[in-house]
Amino acid sequence: MKINPNKCVACGNCTYVCPMNAIYIDPAMNRATIDRDECVECYSCFNGLSQEHLNPSLVRGIRKVLSVLKVRFDPEPDVCPTAAFEPDELSWPRVVRRAFSDPSVPHESTGVEGRGTEEVKTNDVTGRVKVGEVGFTIEFGRPGVGVRFREIQEMCWTLAKANVSFEKRNPITSLMTDVPTGTLRSDILAEKVMSAIVEIKVPVERTEEVIRLVWDVEKQLDTVVALGVATRCEEDGEETVVLPILERLGYKPQRAKTNIGLGRLVTLEASGQAAAEVNGNAAAEVNGKMAVGAGAKTA
Amino acid sequence: MTNTLHRIGDAESFKDDYIVFAIPTKVRKDPDAVTKLHRFLELAMEFKPVNLGDARHGGAIRPNKHLGPTAHWNRDNKPDFKAVIKGVNVATTCAAVFDNLDAAERFVKRVKEEDLGISVNVSTSITGAETCCEYANLSRHSVGYSLGFEGKTDKIPDTDTALLSTMCGHGMISHSLAKKMICFVKENRRTPEQAAAVLTRFCSCGIFNPSRAKRILEHARTGQK
Repeated sequence: MKINPNKCVACGNCTYVCPMNAIYIDPAMNRATIDRDECVECYSCFNGLSQEHLNPSLVRGIRKVLSVLKVRFDPEPDVCPTAAFEPDELSWPRVVRRAFSDPSVPHESTGVEGRGTEEVKTNDVTGRVKVGEVGFTIEFGRPGVGVRFREIQEMCWTLAKANVSFEKRNPITSLMTDVPTGTLRSDILAEKVMSAIVEIKVPVERTEEVIRLVWDVEKQLDTVVALGVATRCEEDGEETVVLPILERLGYKPQRAKTNIGLGRLVTLEASGQAAAEVNGNAAAEVNGKMAVGAGAKTA
Repeated sequence: MTNTLHRIGDAESFKDDYIVFAIPTKVRKDPDAVTKLHRFLELAMEFKPVNLGDARHGGAIRPNKHLGPTAHWNRDNKPDFKAVIKGVNVATTCAAVFDNLDAAERFVKRVKEEDLGISVNVSTSITGAETCCEYANLSRHSVGYSLGFEGKTDKIPDTDTALLSTMCGHGMISHSLAKKMICFVKENRRTPEQAAAVLTRFCSCGIFNPSRAKRILEHARTGQK
Protein backbone atom coordinates (compact mmCIF):
# COMPACT_ATOMS: atom_id res chain seq x y z
CA MET A 1 0.00 0.00 0.00
CA LYS A 2 1.14 3.52 -0.70
CA ILE A 3 0.05 6.92 0.53
CA ASN A 4 0.26 9.63 -2.09
CA PRO A 5 2.18 12.48 -0.38
CA ASN A 6 0.69 14.99 -2.80
CA LYS A 7 -2.78 14.10 -1.54
CA CYS A 8 -2.20 13.32 2.16
CA VAL A 9 -3.17 16.14 4.54
CA ALA A 10 -1.84 14.46 7.70
CA CYS A 11 -5.26 14.34 9.35
CA GLY A 12 -4.16 11.18 11.19
CA ASN A 13 -7.39 9.22 10.74
CA CYS A 14 -5.54 6.34 9.08
CA THR A 15 -3.10 5.94 11.98
CA TYR A 16 -5.93 4.54 14.08
CA VAL A 17 -7.44 2.18 11.54
CA CYS A 18 -4.25 0.26 10.73
CA PRO A 19 -4.52 -3.09 12.58
CA MET A 20 -0.73 -3.38 12.67
CA ASN A 21 -0.07 0.20 13.86
CA ALA A 22 2.13 0.58 10.79
CA ILE A 23 0.98 4.09 9.84
CA TYR A 24 2.26 7.25 11.50
CA ILE A 25 2.61 10.93 10.67
CA ASP A 26 6.24 11.62 9.79
CA PRO A 27 7.01 14.97 11.49
CA ALA A 28 9.67 15.86 8.94
CA MET A 29 7.35 15.45 5.97
CA ASN A 30 4.09 16.10 7.81
CA ARG A 31 2.53 13.28 5.83
CA ALA A 32 1.17 9.86 6.80
CA THR A 33 3.84 7.23 6.27
CA ILE A 34 3.70 3.43 6.20
CA ASP A 35 6.28 1.25 7.93
CA ARG A 36 6.63 -1.27 5.11
CA ASP A 37 8.15 -3.96 7.29
CA GLU A 38 5.18 -3.90 9.68
CA CYS A 39 2.52 -3.41 6.99
CA VAL A 40 0.88 -6.76 6.16
CA GLU A 41 -0.97 -5.46 3.07
CA CYS A 42 -4.36 -6.13 4.69
CA TYR A 43 -5.87 -3.20 2.79
CA SER A 44 -7.90 -2.24 5.87
CA CYS A 45 -6.95 1.40 5.24
CA PHE A 46 -7.85 1.31 1.56
CA ASN A 47 -10.97 -0.86 1.88
CA GLY A 48 -12.30 0.34 5.23
CA LEU A 49 -11.86 4.09 5.12
CA SER A 50 -14.57 6.05 3.37
CA GLN A 51 -13.24 8.62 0.96
CA GLU A 52 -13.87 12.22 0.15
CA HIS A 53 -12.14 13.74 -2.82
CA LEU A 54 -11.38 17.18 -1.42
CA ASN A 55 -8.69 19.49 -2.72
CA PRO A 56 -5.56 18.73 -0.62
CA SER A 57 -4.27 22.32 -0.64
CA LEU A 58 -7.62 23.63 0.54
CA VAL A 59 -7.82 21.05 3.36
CA ARG A 60 -4.25 21.76 4.47
CA GLY A 61 -5.02 25.48 4.53
CA ILE A 62 -8.15 25.03 6.64
CA ARG A 63 -6.31 22.67 9.01
CA LYS A 64 -3.51 25.22 9.40
CA VAL A 65 -5.87 28.07 10.26
CA LEU A 66 -7.79 25.95 12.75
CA SER A 67 -4.53 24.78 14.30
CA VAL A 68 -3.25 28.37 14.77
CA LEU A 69 -6.56 29.30 16.40
CA LYS A 70 -6.35 26.18 18.59
CA VAL A 71 -9.78 25.16 17.40
CA ARG A 72 -10.54 21.49 17.73
CA PHE A 73 -12.74 20.12 15.01
CA ASP A 74 -14.41 16.78 14.97
CA PRO A 75 -14.49 15.11 11.56
CA GLU A 76 -15.70 11.58 10.97
CA PRO A 77 -12.97 9.20 12.19
CA ASP A 78 -13.18 6.70 9.33
CA VAL A 79 -12.71 9.04 6.39
CA CYS A 80 -9.71 9.84 4.22
CA PRO A 81 -10.56 13.36 3.06
CA THR A 82 -8.42 13.26 -0.08
CA ALA A 83 -8.48 9.56 -1.11
CA ALA A 84 -4.71 9.39 -0.60
CA PHE A 85 -4.33 5.59 -0.40
CA GLU A 86 -3.14 3.85 -3.54
CA PRO A 87 -2.65 0.07 -3.86
CA ASP A 88 0.91 -0.96 -4.59
CA GLU A 89 2.00 -3.41 -7.27
CA LEU A 90 2.92 -6.41 -5.12
CA SER A 91 5.51 -8.90 -6.29
CA TRP A 92 6.71 -12.16 -4.83
CA PRO A 93 7.24 -12.77 -1.94
CA ARG A 94 5.49 -9.65 -0.61
CA VAL A 95 2.27 -10.73 -2.29
CA VAL A 96 1.82 -13.48 0.31
CA ARG A 97 1.25 -10.73 2.87
CA ARG A 98 -1.94 -9.71 1.14
CA ALA A 99 -3.03 -13.30 0.54
CA PHE A 100 -2.93 -13.95 4.30
CA SER A 101 -4.11 -10.54 5.45
CA ASP A 102 -6.81 -9.12 3.15
CA PRO A 103 -9.86 -11.34 3.80
CA SER A 104 -11.69 -10.21 0.67
CA VAL A 105 -9.12 -11.92 -1.56
CA PRO A 106 -9.64 -15.67 -2.11
CA HIS A 107 -6.59 -17.85 -1.49
CA GLU A 108 -5.26 -19.16 -4.76
CA SER A 109 -4.57 -22.59 -3.30
CA THR A 110 -8.11 -23.22 -1.98
CA GLY A 111 -10.38 -20.64 -3.62
CA VAL A 112 -11.69 -19.69 -0.18
CA GLU A 113 -11.80 -16.10 1.09
CA GLY A 114 -10.71 -15.05 4.57
CA ARG A 115 -7.89 -17.25 5.79
CA GLY A 116 -8.58 -19.75 3.03
CA THR A 117 -9.82 -22.66 5.13
CA GLU A 118 -13.02 -24.71 5.07
CA GLU A 119 -12.31 -26.71 8.26
CA VAL A 120 -15.45 -28.50 9.49
CA LYS A 121 -17.68 -25.75 8.12
CA THR A 122 -18.37 -27.96 5.10
CA ASN A 123 -17.76 -31.26 6.88
CA ASP A 124 -21.30 -32.40 6.13
CA VAL A 125 -20.38 -32.40 2.43
CA THR A 126 -16.65 -33.11 2.40
CA GLY A 127 -16.35 -35.60 5.26
CA ARG A 128 -13.02 -33.98 6.08
CA VAL A 129 -13.09 -34.89 9.80
CA LYS A 130 -14.61 -38.30 10.36
CA VAL A 131 -15.94 -40.05 13.45
CA GLY A 132 -12.99 -40.84 15.71
CA GLU A 133 -10.89 -37.98 14.35
CA VAL A 134 -10.08 -34.51 15.62
CA GLY A 135 -9.29 -31.54 13.40
CA PHE A 136 -7.13 -28.76 14.79
CA THR A 137 -7.00 -25.19 13.55
CA ILE A 138 -3.90 -23.56 14.96
CA GLU A 139 -4.10 -19.89 14.11
CA PHE A 140 -1.17 -17.57 14.57
CA GLY A 141 -1.13 -13.83 14.76
CA ARG A 142 -4.41 -12.43 15.84
CA PRO A 143 -6.04 -10.34 17.12
CA GLY A 144 -4.07 -7.73 15.24
CA VAL A 145 -0.68 -8.99 16.32
CA GLY A 146 0.62 -10.53 13.13
CA VAL A 147 3.09 -13.34 12.59
CA ARG A 148 6.08 -14.13 10.40
CA PHE A 149 6.22 -17.41 8.53
CA ARG A 150 9.41 -18.46 10.28
CA GLU A 151 7.41 -18.70 13.51
CA ILE A 152 4.72 -20.77 11.84
CA GLN A 153 7.44 -23.07 10.56
CA GLU A 154 8.56 -23.81 14.12
CA MET A 155 5.12 -25.22 14.85
CA CYS A 156 4.93 -27.10 11.54
CA TRP A 157 8.29 -28.77 12.15
CA THR A 158 7.22 -29.95 15.59
CA LEU A 159 3.87 -31.23 14.36
CA ALA A 160 5.49 -32.98 11.40
CA LYS A 161 7.91 -34.79 13.70
CA ALA A 162 4.86 -36.08 15.57
CA ASN A 163 3.51 -37.51 12.30
CA VAL A 164 0.28 -35.55 12.20
CA SER A 165 -1.65 -35.22 8.97
CA PHE A 166 -1.56 -31.72 7.47
CA GLU A 167 -4.76 -30.74 5.67
CA LYS A 168 -4.05 -30.75 1.96
CA ARG A 169 -6.51 -28.01 1.06
CA ASN A 170 -4.96 -25.37 3.28
CA PRO A 171 -2.94 -22.29 2.27
CA ILE A 172 -0.07 -23.02 4.67
CA THR A 173 0.25 -26.61 3.47
CA SER A 174 0.36 -25.32 -0.09
CA LEU A 175 3.43 -23.25 0.85
CA MET A 176 5.35 -26.25 2.14
CA THR A 177 8.22 -27.47 0.01
CA ASP A 178 8.32 -30.68 2.02
CA VAL A 179 5.07 -31.68 3.71
CA PRO A 180 6.47 -34.69 5.63
CA THR A 181 8.88 -32.37 7.49
CA GLY A 182 6.57 -29.33 7.58
CA THR A 183 9.15 -27.16 5.83
CA LEU A 184 7.92 -23.92 4.26
CA ARG A 185 9.37 -22.12 1.25
CA SER A 186 12.51 -20.33 2.37
CA ASP A 187 11.75 -17.13 0.44
CA ILE A 188 8.65 -16.33 2.52
CA LEU A 189 9.98 -16.96 6.02
CA ALA A 190 10.64 -13.28 6.80
CA GLU A 191 7.26 -12.13 5.49
CA LYS A 192 4.76 -10.89 8.05
CA VAL A 193 1.04 -11.54 7.73
CA MET A 194 -2.05 -10.70 9.75
CA SER A 195 -2.77 -14.34 10.61
CA ALA A 196 -2.51 -17.83 9.19
CA ILE A 197 -4.05 -21.16 10.07
CA VAL A 198 -2.31 -24.53 10.19
CA GLU A 199 -4.83 -27.35 9.89
CA ILE A 200 -4.06 -30.87 11.03
CA LYS A 201 -6.00 -34.00 11.76
CA VAL A 202 -5.28 -36.81 14.23
CA PRO A 203 -7.15 -39.74 15.78
CA VAL A 204 -9.12 -38.59 18.81
CA GLU A 205 -6.76 -40.50 21.12
CA ARG A 206 -3.97 -38.08 20.21
CA THR A 207 -5.90 -34.92 21.16
CA GLU A 208 -4.06 -34.33 24.43
CA GLU A 209 -0.67 -35.11 22.90
CA VAL A 210 -1.16 -32.51 20.15
CA ILE A 211 -2.38 -29.85 22.55
CA ARG A 212 0.69 -30.38 24.74
CA LEU A 213 2.92 -30.04 21.68
CA VAL A 214 1.22 -26.75 20.78
CA TRP A 215 1.70 -25.53 24.36
CA ASP A 216 5.41 -26.30 24.19
CA VAL A 217 6.00 -24.49 20.89
CA GLU A 218 3.78 -21.45 21.46
CA LYS A 219 5.91 -20.48 24.48
CA GLN A 220 8.80 -19.86 22.10
CA LEU A 221 6.84 -17.73 19.62
CA ASP A 222 6.43 -13.97 19.70
CA THR A 223 2.78 -14.03 18.74
CA VAL A 224 -0.69 -15.04 19.83
CA VAL A 225 -2.07 -18.49 19.05
CA ALA A 226 -5.79 -19.21 18.77
CA LEU A 227 -6.56 -22.88 19.02
CA GLY A 228 -9.66 -24.50 17.57
CA VAL A 229 -10.58 -28.16 17.99
CA ALA A 230 -13.22 -29.73 15.79
CA THR A 231 -14.87 -33.09 15.70
CA ARG A 232 -17.80 -34.99 14.28
CA CYS A 233 -20.83 -35.21 16.55
CA GLU A 234 -22.63 -38.45 17.34
CA GLU A 235 -25.82 -39.48 15.53
CA ASP A 236 -27.99 -37.70 18.08
CA GLY A 237 -25.95 -34.51 17.82
CA GLU A 238 -24.16 -35.01 21.13
CA GLU A 239 -20.41 -34.70 21.48
CA THR A 240 -19.15 -36.60 24.51
CA VAL A 241 -15.61 -37.52 23.51
CA VAL A 242 -13.53 -34.42 22.80
CA LEU A 243 -15.11 -31.91 25.19
CA PRO A 244 -14.23 -33.99 28.30
CA ILE A 245 -10.61 -34.20 27.10
CA LEU A 246 -10.48 -30.42 26.70
CA GLU A 247 -12.01 -29.90 30.14
CA ARG A 248 -9.52 -32.32 31.68
CA LEU A 249 -6.75 -30.17 30.21
CA GLY A 250 -8.18 -27.10 31.92
CA TYR A 251 -10.14 -25.55 29.06
CA LYS A 252 -13.68 -24.30 29.55
CA PRO A 253 -14.90 -23.81 25.98
CA GLN A 254 -17.65 -21.20 25.74
CA ARG A 255 -17.97 -20.64 22.03
CA ALA A 256 -18.14 -22.97 19.05
CA LYS A 257 -18.88 -23.07 15.40
CA THR A 258 -21.53 -25.69 14.83
CA ASN A 259 -22.16 -27.32 11.47
CA ILE A 260 -25.86 -28.15 11.55
CA GLY A 261 -25.70 -30.76 8.80
CA LEU A 262 -27.88 -29.19 6.12
CA GLY A 263 -25.32 -29.66 3.35
CA ARG A 264 -25.77 -33.34 3.65
CA LEU A 265 -29.46 -33.24 2.84
CA VAL A 266 -29.00 -32.66 -0.89
CA THR A 267 -25.69 -34.44 -1.44
CA LEU A 268 -26.45 -37.47 0.71
CA GLU A 269 -26.44 -40.04 -2.06
CA ALA A 270 -23.12 -38.83 -3.42
CA SER A 271 -21.37 -37.89 -0.21
CA GLY A 272 -19.45 -41.13 0.44
CA GLN A 273 -18.12 -41.41 -3.05
CA ALA A 274 -17.71 -37.67 -3.40
CA ALA A 275 -15.64 -37.37 -0.24
CA ALA A 276 -13.19 -40.02 -1.43
CA GLU A 277 -13.10 -38.52 -4.89
CA VAL A 278 -12.52 -34.94 -3.77
CA ASN A 279 -9.90 -35.88 -1.22
CA GLY A 280 -7.97 -37.58 -4.01
CA ASN A 281 -8.35 -34.57 -6.27
CA ALA A 282 -7.27 -32.24 -3.52
CA ALA A 283 -4.11 -34.23 -2.92
CA ALA A 284 -3.19 -34.13 -6.59
CA GLU A 285 -3.93 -30.42 -6.80
CA VAL A 286 -1.83 -29.60 -3.77
CA ASN A 287 1.04 -31.72 -4.99
CA GLY A 288 0.94 -29.82 -8.24
CA LYS A 289 1.06 -26.48 -6.48
CA MET A 290 3.37 -27.46 -3.67
CA ALA A 291 6.40 -25.71 -5.05
CA VAL A 292 4.61 -22.46 -5.72
CA GLY A 293 1.70 -21.89 -3.35
CA ALA A 294 -0.22 -18.65 -2.98
CA GLY A 295 0.75 -15.86 -5.30
CA ALA A 296 2.30 -18.21 -7.84
CA LYS A 297 1.33 -15.97 -10.72
CA THR A 298 3.64 -13.28 -9.51
CA ALA A 299 6.43 -15.53 -8.30
CA MET B 1 -13.62 -18.12 7.98
CA THR B 2 -12.52 -18.94 11.49
CA ASN B 3 -13.18 -15.27 11.97
CA THR B 4 -16.42 -15.86 13.84
CA LEU B 5 -15.02 -18.47 16.20
CA HIS B 6 -12.57 -16.76 18.51
CA ARG B 7 -14.65 -13.88 19.87
CA ILE B 8 -13.58 -13.04 23.38
CA GLY B 9 -16.27 -13.44 26.01
CA ASP B 10 -18.10 -16.01 28.09
CA ALA B 11 -21.40 -17.65 27.16
CA GLU B 12 -23.36 -14.84 28.82
CA SER B 13 -21.63 -12.25 26.63
CA PHE B 14 -22.88 -14.07 23.51
CA LYS B 15 -26.53 -13.75 24.54
CA ASP B 16 -26.97 -11.18 21.76
CA ASP B 17 -24.59 -12.73 19.25
CA TYR B 18 -25.70 -15.39 16.79
CA ILE B 19 -24.03 -15.75 13.41
CA VAL B 20 -25.61 -18.13 10.96
CA PHE B 21 -23.57 -18.56 7.82
CA ALA B 22 -23.85 -20.56 4.62
CA ILE B 23 -20.71 -21.78 2.92
CA PRO B 24 -20.63 -23.68 -0.35
CA THR B 25 -17.65 -26.03 -0.48
CA LYS B 26 -15.02 -25.29 -3.12
CA VAL B 27 -14.20 -28.98 -3.22
CA ARG B 28 -17.38 -29.89 -5.04
CA LYS B 29 -18.79 -26.82 -6.74
CA ASP B 30 -22.54 -26.31 -6.76
CA PRO B 31 -23.65 -24.57 -9.98
CA ASP B 32 -26.68 -23.14 -8.15
CA ALA B 33 -24.69 -21.83 -5.20
CA VAL B 34 -25.24 -18.12 -5.93
CA THR B 35 -29.00 -18.58 -6.24
CA LYS B 36 -29.04 -20.52 -3.01
CA LEU B 37 -27.00 -17.85 -1.23
CA HIS B 38 -29.42 -15.16 -2.39
CA ARG B 39 -32.27 -17.22 -0.99
CA PHE B 40 -30.40 -17.77 2.28
CA LEU B 41 -29.97 -14.02 2.75
CA GLU B 42 -33.55 -13.23 1.68
CA LEU B 43 -34.82 -15.69 4.29
CA ALA B 44 -32.62 -14.03 6.92
CA MET B 45 -34.35 -10.71 6.22
CA GLU B 46 -37.61 -12.15 7.58
CA PHE B 47 -36.04 -12.37 11.04
CA LYS B 48 -34.60 -8.87 11.30
CA PRO B 49 -30.83 -9.43 11.29
CA VAL B 50 -28.49 -6.77 12.64
CA ASN B 51 -25.99 -7.44 9.87
CA LEU B 52 -25.74 -9.41 6.65
CA GLY B 53 -22.66 -9.95 4.57
CA ASP B 54 -20.75 -11.84 1.98
CA ALA B 55 -17.06 -12.57 2.30
CA ARG B 56 -16.22 -10.94 -1.03
CA HIS B 57 -18.11 -7.65 -0.79
CA GLY B 58 -18.70 -6.85 2.86
CA GLY B 59 -21.55 -6.17 5.22
CA ALA B 60 -24.69 -4.08 5.42
CA ILE B 61 -22.91 -0.95 6.67
CA ARG B 62 -20.15 -0.24 4.18
CA PRO B 63 -17.61 2.47 3.56
CA ASN B 64 -18.53 5.02 0.94
CA LYS B 65 -15.85 5.81 -1.62
CA HIS B 66 -17.54 9.04 -2.73
CA LEU B 67 -18.63 10.86 0.40
CA GLY B 68 -19.87 14.39 0.04
CA PRO B 69 -18.45 17.03 2.43
CA THR B 70 -21.75 17.27 4.33
CA ALA B 71 -21.37 13.64 5.46
CA HIS B 72 -19.67 14.90 8.64
CA TRP B 73 -23.01 16.32 9.76
CA ASN B 74 -25.44 13.70 8.49
CA ARG B 75 -23.59 10.41 8.14
CA ASP B 76 -25.75 7.55 6.97
CA ASN B 77 -25.35 4.72 9.49
CA LYS B 78 -28.31 2.64 8.37
CA PRO B 79 -27.64 -0.90 7.16
CA ASP B 80 -28.44 -1.57 3.52
CA PHE B 81 -29.44 -5.23 3.50
CA LYS B 82 -30.74 -5.21 -0.06
CA ALA B 83 -27.35 -4.06 -1.37
CA VAL B 84 -25.73 -7.08 0.28
CA ILE B 85 -28.16 -9.52 -1.32
CA LYS B 86 -27.90 -7.85 -4.71
CA GLY B 87 -24.11 -7.84 -4.55
CA VAL B 88 -23.63 -11.60 -4.14
CA ASN B 89 -22.35 -12.73 -7.53
CA VAL B 90 -19.95 -15.56 -6.70
CA ALA B 91 -20.15 -18.65 -4.52
CA THR B 92 -18.76 -17.34 -1.26
CA THR B 93 -19.56 -17.40 2.44
CA CYS B 94 -22.70 -15.47 3.34
CA ALA B 95 -23.61 -14.60 6.90
CA ALA B 96 -26.59 -13.32 8.84
CA VAL B 97 -26.07 -11.87 12.32
CA PHE B 98 -28.85 -11.78 14.91
CA ASP B 99 -28.94 -10.21 18.32
CA ASN B 100 -31.51 -12.51 19.90
CA LEU B 101 -31.95 -16.24 20.31
CA ASP B 102 -35.55 -16.25 19.15
CA ALA B 103 -34.66 -14.85 15.70
CA ALA B 104 -31.71 -17.21 15.33
CA GLU B 105 -33.81 -20.24 16.26
CA ARG B 106 -36.58 -19.36 13.84
CA PHE B 107 -34.13 -18.59 11.04
CA VAL B 108 -32.33 -21.92 11.47
CA LYS B 109 -35.67 -23.69 11.35
CA ARG B 110 -36.67 -21.76 8.23
CA VAL B 111 -33.37 -22.57 6.49
CA LYS B 112 -33.87 -26.24 7.27
CA GLU B 113 -37.37 -26.13 5.77
CA GLU B 114 -36.03 -24.44 2.64
CA ASP B 115 -33.63 -27.36 2.11
CA LEU B 116 -31.00 -25.40 0.19
CA GLY B 117 -28.51 -28.26 0.43
CA ILE B 118 -25.67 -25.93 1.34
CA SER B 119 -23.53 -26.22 4.48
CA VAL B 120 -24.84 -23.99 7.26
CA ASN B 121 -23.09 -23.23 10.54
CA VAL B 122 -24.11 -21.45 13.71
CA SER B 123 -21.37 -19.55 15.50
CA THR B 124 -22.27 -18.52 19.04
CA SER B 125 -22.07 -20.02 22.52
CA ILE B 126 -22.07 -23.82 22.54
CA THR B 127 -25.41 -23.87 24.32
CA GLY B 128 -26.86 -21.22 22.00
CA ALA B 129 -26.17 -23.38 18.95
CA GLU B 130 -27.54 -26.47 20.69
CA THR B 131 -30.74 -24.58 21.48
CA CYS B 132 -31.10 -23.48 17.83
CA CYS B 133 -30.68 -27.09 16.69
CA GLU B 134 -33.22 -28.37 19.21
CA TYR B 135 -35.75 -25.78 18.09
CA ALA B 136 -35.30 -26.80 14.45
CA ASN B 137 -35.23 -30.50 15.34
CA LEU B 138 -31.72 -30.86 13.94
CA SER B 139 -28.79 -32.89 15.21
CA ARG B 140 -25.44 -31.16 15.19
CA HIS B 141 -23.19 -32.61 12.52
CA SER B 142 -19.80 -31.28 13.59
CA VAL B 143 -18.57 -28.84 16.16
CA GLY B 144 -15.44 -26.67 16.27
CA TYR B 145 -14.61 -25.44 19.77
CA SER B 146 -12.73 -22.24 20.42
CA LEU B 147 -10.05 -22.75 23.06
CA GLY B 148 -9.30 -19.05 23.12
CA PHE B 149 -6.00 -17.21 22.88
CA GLU B 150 -2.66 -18.56 24.03
CA GLY B 151 1.00 -17.78 23.57
CA LYS B 152 2.02 -14.14 24.02
CA THR B 153 -1.32 -13.06 25.44
CA ASP B 154 0.23 -9.86 26.79
CA LYS B 155 -0.17 -8.61 23.22
CA ILE B 156 -3.96 -8.79 23.56
CA PRO B 157 -5.48 -5.44 24.56
CA ASP B 158 -7.79 -4.67 27.47
CA THR B 159 -11.08 -6.52 27.71
CA ASP B 160 -13.42 -3.91 26.20
CA THR B 161 -11.08 -3.32 23.26
CA ALA B 162 -10.67 -7.06 22.71
CA LEU B 163 -14.43 -7.66 22.94
CA LEU B 164 -14.87 -5.20 20.08
CA SER B 165 -11.86 -6.02 17.92
CA THR B 166 -12.29 -9.81 18.03
CA MET B 167 -15.70 -9.42 16.41
CA CYS B 168 -13.73 -9.37 13.18
CA GLY B 169 -11.52 -12.43 13.41
CA HIS B 170 -9.68 -11.35 10.29
CA GLY B 171 -8.25 -8.51 12.36
CA MET B 172 -9.72 -5.66 10.34
CA ILE B 173 -10.97 -3.85 13.45
CA SER B 174 -7.79 -2.35 14.83
CA HIS B 175 -7.23 -2.08 18.56
CA SER B 176 -6.50 1.61 18.16
CA LEU B 177 -9.78 2.31 16.41
CA ALA B 178 -11.74 0.27 18.97
CA LYS B 179 -10.06 2.21 21.78
CA LYS B 180 -10.71 5.48 19.99
CA MET B 181 -14.41 4.66 19.68
CA ILE B 182 -14.58 3.79 23.38
CA CYS B 183 -13.00 7.19 24.13
CA PHE B 184 -15.38 8.97 21.75
CA VAL B 185 -18.33 7.44 23.58
CA LYS B 186 -16.86 8.29 26.99
CA GLU B 187 -16.34 11.89 25.86
CA ASN B 188 -19.86 11.97 24.43
CA ARG B 189 -18.46 12.86 21.02
CA ARG B 190 -20.29 9.93 19.46
CA THR B 191 -23.27 7.82 20.53
CA PRO B 192 -22.63 4.07 20.97
CA GLU B 193 -24.68 3.53 17.83
CA GLN B 194 -22.52 5.89 15.77
CA ALA B 195 -19.30 4.42 17.14
CA ALA B 196 -20.54 0.89 16.41
CA ALA B 197 -21.29 1.90 12.82
CA VAL B 198 -17.73 3.17 12.36
CA LEU B 199 -16.34 -0.18 13.51
CA THR B 200 -18.82 -2.16 11.43
CA ARG B 201 -17.59 -0.57 8.20
CA PHE B 202 -14.16 -2.16 8.62
CA CYS B 203 -15.48 -5.74 8.77
CA SER B 204 -15.24 -6.97 5.21
CA CYS B 205 -17.35 -10.12 5.73
CA GLY B 206 -20.39 -8.58 7.39
CA ILE B 207 -20.10 -10.73 10.51
CA PHE B 208 -19.47 -7.83 12.91
CA ASN B 209 -22.36 -7.47 15.35
CA PRO B 210 -23.22 -3.76 15.71
CA SER B 211 -25.88 -4.49 18.30
CA ARG B 212 -23.41 -6.26 20.61
CA ALA B 213 -20.85 -3.53 19.90
CA LYS B 214 -23.36 -0.91 20.97
CA ARG B 215 -23.92 -2.75 24.25
CA ILE B 216 -20.17 -3.09 24.87
CA LEU B 217 -19.58 0.60 24.11
CA GLU B 218 -22.45 1.63 26.37
CA HIS B 219 -20.99 -0.43 29.22
CA ALA B 220 -17.47 0.85 28.53
CA ARG B 221 -18.74 4.41 28.97
CA THR B 222 -19.43 3.86 32.65
CA GLY B 223 -17.21 0.89 33.33
CA GLN B 224 -20.23 -1.22 34.26
CA LYS B 225 -20.44 -4.83 33.11
